Amino acid sequence: MAERSTPLWEVFIRARTGLAHRHVGSVHAADATMALQAARDVYTRRGEGLSIWVVPSVAITASDPSDKDMLFEPAASKIYRHPTFYEVPDEVDNM
Amino acid sequence: MYSQALNTATGHADTSEAGTRFQTRVDAEERIEPNDWMPEAYRRTLIRQISQHAHSEIVGMLPEGNWITRAPTLRRKAALLAKVQDEGGHGLYLYAAAETLGVTREELVEQLLAGRAKYSSIFNYPTLSWADIGTIGWLVDGAAIMNQIPLCRCSYGPYARAMIRICKEESFHQRQGFEIVTILARGSAEQKAMVQDALNRWWWPSLMMFGPSDSQSQHSDASMRWKIKRFTNDALRQKFVDATVPQGHYLGLTFPDPALRYNEATGHWEFGAIDWEEFRRVLAGDGPCNRERLAARRRAHDDGAWVREAALAFAAKQGVARQREAA
Repeated sequence: MAERSTPLWEVFIRARTGLAHRHVGSVHAADATMALQAARDVYTRRGEGLSIWVVPSVAITASDPSDKDMLFEPAASKIYRHPTFYEVPDEVDNM
Repeated sequence: MYSQALNTATGHADTSEAGTRFQTRVDAEERIEPNDWMPEAYRRTLIRQISQHAHSEIVGMLPEGNWITRAPTLRRKAALLAKVQDEGGHGLYLYAAAETLGVTREELVEQLLAGRAKYSSIFNYPTLSWADIGTIGWLVDGAAIMNQIPLCRCSYGPYARAMIRICKEESFHQRQGFEIVTILARGSAEQKAMVQDALNRWWWPSLMMFGPSDSQSQHSDASMRWKIKRFTNDALRQKFVDATVPQGHYLGLTFPDPALRYNEATGHWEFGAIDWEEFRRVLAGDGPCNRERLAARRRAHDDGAWVREAALAFAAKQGVARQREAA
């Protein structure tokens, strides 16, 4: 009999206070408690973190890389969203 | 530890529009990510290479695990335990990277246990004495680092990221091995003899870890074109020999190769012919410990079946209970 597959979890770790949790990898585990335990064993053997999140991989909705242009091009053309678009007289110094 | 350079990718240049765009991205040193378009042969090559690499880490725990209970001091035991635990972790990072290419963990494990997947030939040699543990750290992990550092720049993002993590953790492995070897080489006559014997047995298998000679490779190497691989097997092997021979001589050890000599002109250590017949035999399953290694993996997998089953059953039960609460 084929074995049932054990669910996949994405692991996020906060390295230091003040930093956001960052994706570090994934683990297989039957439930959230075991996923946390496995994430601790696999991804924090050398003091890499202060906090771990585990999220079921199936819960993640990702954008399609082939939609990249459609999704992100509009940002590239709006240069007036950047401070350097605006002219400030030299005399005004820093703004 | 590491995957052997066993893979000669056979993919032909993909001249379709998507294939050309893919190659342009690779040439521009862009990383390829899991959902990006990639040629089927690239995907297949990576699944094979990354999973073999993962299997090597997992099987690599066995020869060293053999000495955990017999490590000579608590310091050595703690270091060896940590090292073997690292190898397990490395296997898991790599399985996860392979899974991003659309293969399941269960399939990969099944391929290993059924004997259909390869793993590094080096782990089919026995660890007969404590000196072997030092020698493995020094030579096998040393060879691994040579091979793995270029993989940190592999074109496939998840593999490259796993390799960066592995390389960071790996350097302690080589240093603890060299420390063991150093202490033995400076010890009693028996200890010196023990470490020399270990070097005699591990030297050639370590050179084989870099895989067949480039001249044996009949395919144009797609792995290089795809930037999965950055250096040829022979180039990496030479680099390893050049780095390692002076370390051995420093400790007063001799290498089991009468042809070994320093070439002043090239600045390289020249070495004798490698017994590729032995390499092929061990890889095909007929090394000193192949059967034992696979049997140990199968036993561990079978013995753990009830645990996996119970954990899933428990998770399912908890899920039902939560649903009832919510209702």
